[in-house]
Amino acid sequence: MRKQTVLTLLTTGALALAGVAYAGTTITGAGATFPYPIYSKWAHAYNQATGVKLNYQSIGSGGGVKQIKANTVDFGASDAPLKAKDLQQAGLVQFPMIMGGVVPVVNLLGIPSGKLRLTGPVLADIYLGKIKRWNDPAIAKINPGLTLPAAEIAVVHRADGSGTTWIFTNYLTKVSPAWADEIGNAKAVQWPAGMGGKGNEGVAAFVSKVNGSIGYVEYAYAKQNHMTVVTMQNHDGTFVAPTAANFQAAAEGADWKGTPGYYVVLTDQPGKNAWPITGASFILMHKKQRGPAQAAEVLKFLNWSYVNGNQAAMDLDYVPMPASVVTLVRQTWADEIKGAGGETIWPAN
Amino acid sequence: MSRTATSESQIPEATAPRRAFGDVAFKAITTGFAVGILLLLGAMFFVLWRESALAIEAFGPGFLTSAKWNPVTEKFGALVAITGTLVSTVIALLVAVPVSIGIALFLAELAPEKIRTPFGVAIELLAAIPSIVYGMWGLFVLAPLMSAYLQPALGGLFGWTPFFSGPQMGIGMLTAGLVLALMIIPFIASVTRDVFRMVPAQLKESAYGMGATTWEVVKDIMIPYGRKGIYGAVFLGLGRALGETMAVTFVIGNAHRLNWSLFAPGNSIASTLANEFTEADGDLYLSSLVALGLVLFLITFLILGFAQLYLKRMSAPGSKG
Repeated sequence: MRKQTVLTLLTTGALALAGVAYAGTTITGAGATFPYPIYSKWAHAYNQATGVKLNYQSIGSGGGVKQIKANTVDFGASDAPLKAKDLQQAGLVQFPMIMGGVVPVVNLLGIPSGKLRLTGPVLADIYLGKIKRWNDPAIAKINPGLTLPAAEIAVVHRADGSGTTWIFTNYLTKVSPAWADEIGNAKAVQWPAGMGGKGNEGVAAFVSKVNGSIGYVEYAYAKQNHMTVVTMQNHDGTFVAPTAANFQAAAEGADWKGTPGYYVVLTDQPGKNAWPITGASFILMHKKQRGPAQAAEVLKFLNWSYVNGNQAAMDLDYVPMPASVVTLVRQTWADEIKGAGGETIWPAN
Repeated sequence: MSRTATSESQIPEATAPRRAFGDVAFKAITTGFAVGILLLLGAMFFVLWRESALAIEAFGPGFLTSAKWNPVTEKFGALVAITGTLVSTVIALLVAVPVSIGIALFLAELAPEKIRTPFGVAIELLAAIPSIVYGMWGLFVLAPLMSAYLQPALGGLFGWTPFFSGPQMGIGMLTAGLVLALMIIPFIASVTRDVFRMVPAQLKESAYGMGATTWEVVKDIMIPYGRKGIYGAVFLGLGRALGETMAVTFVIGNAHRLNWSLFAPGNSIASTLANEFTEADGDLYLSSLVALGLVLFLITFLILGFAQLYLKRMSAPGSKG
């Protein structure tokens, strides 16, 4: 009995010591809220496998860009890609980590999920406040089988600046000249109609509480909260449902290779099944690393996630990056991320 | 007797110098604390001013009168947020003041002795609930009730005025005002109750002795006697309502648009800051948000300063207060 206790104590002590030895490395990141669930899931699995910890603060894309510029974190994360010029100025390198879809959701009595059809221009006119009622001829024309109520449309948008809004307004800018003229594409805009909810959860809460409302959220939120999603007409003219396969279809035609800084926007892409409001989430790192060992740890984690994290991503309704893009990203790491003396941190492929 | 006399004469002699030193030190320390508050206030004002310099330079006084809030073109104005802050606060006071005075009168005068303490404790507990809880309650419970019952009723009665027209979504200025009212009622009610308790019993007894009814005693003795204290309580509630952030953010609708209708979504200064500060990239955007903070600081300062002045005038000799 006593012997066993001693043995247990010894084992525990040894384990604790091993824990201390492992706990040395913590990598830090900050930024976008949209990929936070998958980053934390990856971090947990990576921690189990290697003992390296990730401290990721989901403070928003704008905050992530600010923090990486101030060099307070090892990497920043943003849903809106930085332009090549801005990257150059700040000495940053940018690459895509994960993709996902933004989905319009509605609260209309008697209309099941996926049954309401909208086109880009109609969606833009609703958000411009030009289409005010659900039985408007423009909506009725594309929904011949549905009985639409005469209720006023309650438009819901994000109140806070957000990468989700950036993707959504990017799409509206592409499909509606009026939207491009009057409102534009940004993480926060001057909304001509409706009310604002804070975060995806705020928009989801408003839409589920207000009859006759329409909002837009990340796909995972719509799915987990069983919200009524909308079928959208895409670039090729087909009506497609928001599914992971259709987000993937939107990413297929993207020219990652020929675009400096991976400034690829996945909205309104060609392709028969392409979901029109798709976007990628990006990682930002400094080109010149003060601590090459720390930077190598970050790259090891990201690489591990590219290689081992796809199933976890799909479980959470994200779309993993295609293998060809991952190869490109690794080349970028080898070419552009250097130590203080110019030494390579990630070995070339 | 003589022992007492001796000890009395000894104490001042023995402790006088030590006490003087203690007093001086104590005075210096407390003065330091008090001056620290003033310095802090000054430093806050200075930082707000400095950080908003960019916005003040770009927009000038027009910042206060412009209803634009466009992060894309970087044109910012505070009018919508200022209006929202003031309107929601006014709604809150209109609802909260009569209710609070009613609660205070009930607890101080009408309620049986047995239930006064539990009621009083309950009201003080209401004041301790975090504001985000009020916000969640407002969004999940009050907003659906508003859109199902109160807004249709108000719309039916007053729908011909611009103030109660438009879609009845349950989220907007009116709901924000009501949640705020609920949040400041405990403050106003508990202070007012204490004020009413201080009304001398002789005054009330004499009035009752002369045949006054309870209502007459309340109207002619208690409210006039406690008026200054009631104003103080109202200003306390006002101060809280002006700066309240989370609860308002949940239910006000967060839309940068002016609207006559109280059913429509709007925005307040505090909720704009809470929503947009983290994601504001662009120096002018950030500076405009700080300028909003400066405006709120000044509004609060002006209103509370005015309140102090008013209370002072009321209690000046020769005044009717």
